[in-house]
Amino acid sequence: MPVVDLAGAGTVGAVTGAVTGAAISARDAGLVACTRCTRVWPQGQARCGRCGSRLRSRDLHSMQRVWAWWAAGLLAYVPANLYPMLRTHTLFTTQENTIVGGAVELAAGGSLGVAAVILIASVAIPVGKFGAIAFLAISIHGRQRHSGHRRHRLYEMVEFVGRWSMIDVFVVAILSALVQLGSLVSIRPGPAAVTFALSVVFTMLSAQSFDSRLIFDQTGQEQDAA
Amino acid sequence: MTAIAEVPIETLIACHQCDALHRAAEPPTGGKARCRRCGTVLIAPRRGALVRVLAMAITVAVLMLGATFFPFLGITAAGVTNESSVFDAALAFSAGPMVGLSIAVAALIVFVPLLRMLLLIYVLGPLAAGRAAAPQAAWAFRTAEALRPWSMAEIFLIGVAVALVKVAGLATVVLGPAFWMFVALVIVAVLKDGYMCRWSIWQALERSAR
Repeated sequence: MPVVDLAGAGTVGAVTGAVTGAAISARDAGLVACTRCTRVWPQGQARCGRCGSRLRSRDLHSMQRVWAWWAAGLLAYVPANLYPMLRTHTLFTTQENTIVGGAVELAAGGSLGVAAVILIASVAIPVGKFGAIAFLAISIHGRQRHSGHRRHRLYEMVEFVGRWSMIDVFVVAILSALVQLGSLVSIRPGPAAVTFALSVVFTMLSAQSFDSRLIFDQTGQEQDAA
Repeated sequence: MTAIAEVPIETLIACHQCDALHRAAEPPTGGKARCRRCGTVLIAPRRGALVRVLAMAITVAVLMLGATFFPFLGITAAGVTNESSVFDAALAFSAGPMVGLSIAVAALIVFVPLLRMLLLIYVLGPLAAGRAAAPQAAWAFRTAEALRPWSMAEIFLIGVAVALVKVAGLATVVLGPAFWMFVALVIVAVLKDGYMCRWSIWQALERSAR
């Protein structure tokens, strides 16, 4: 079985599989790779001898964890949108804002850009993430119309962008700490701050549980892009 | 073609994203070696990276201590003033049933980033000085790496920007010294991540362990 060199490594003498054949995976070569430090070991070894991580050629239980965290995240996301995120107390009034309500108010006040940031971070990203993780988790079963490369790009996006949903929780934290002017005006966090933070954490755990190597197992026969 | 059996196992590298097997070879300094299959950057050595990353980690840790306790933001409206530090922001949920959220927010914006930097200093300090790796250095670096997604200082900064727009209508905002320290630490932390080649550090740890 041939081994390919890294793209851009610039070594001479080795023939790359880039033009004619596909890359082989560590598992096909009878090896198990450490996903933390990229070291390769003989199959059957339990822990990485370099960094000490648990070695699993493919994490077969990972899909159960993906779906469990996914469902927990979805459950937490519903009250996060129904209950108020912020409670603003002024001299005579108390005003409550949900996530979307707060963004609408910002937009009405002329801060369209900031309203867009909130809507993207708190609505578009979480909703897109639920869809993307579900799609990826279903797509590893059976034959696929979408290439491994496109699905892998989607997975990278989910991993990269998911943390940014925390913005709104931090906004609430800063406002609640800062806007404490006695009876004049004070801001307190609402229950949605808790459920929203939980939803973000659960979906991050769901994405982290997903073993991205499974995406490429079915597409091993595909032509290489690089 | 090189057959697998001819290649020593310690010179192989598998992409952590897609499991494609490669022969590990360092690209020229400043270059990037990518996975042939999915394009993930696997090796990216930079000149003097160990010392620079160490220096930046120390910078971030010191700035974080200052940024946490100095006044971060202040507001004034109708003669009433309130100042808040980053720590106050983290404790904003500490009343009643939201204590858990307070602890989580404090962890995400202060403790986890700080712990990551301390672990990196512990790992890179001896390596940069050319000495043997510290005891349990592999565990320390692995933990620092596992904590990476949970270190959210930069996201907090965007949250601050949004909050400032919301407050601007209510009161006059004063930016405290901690605000600028926090901006600086986020910039240094991002630069540091660009400089750090994880594979090179693992290699250095492995060499030192032998």
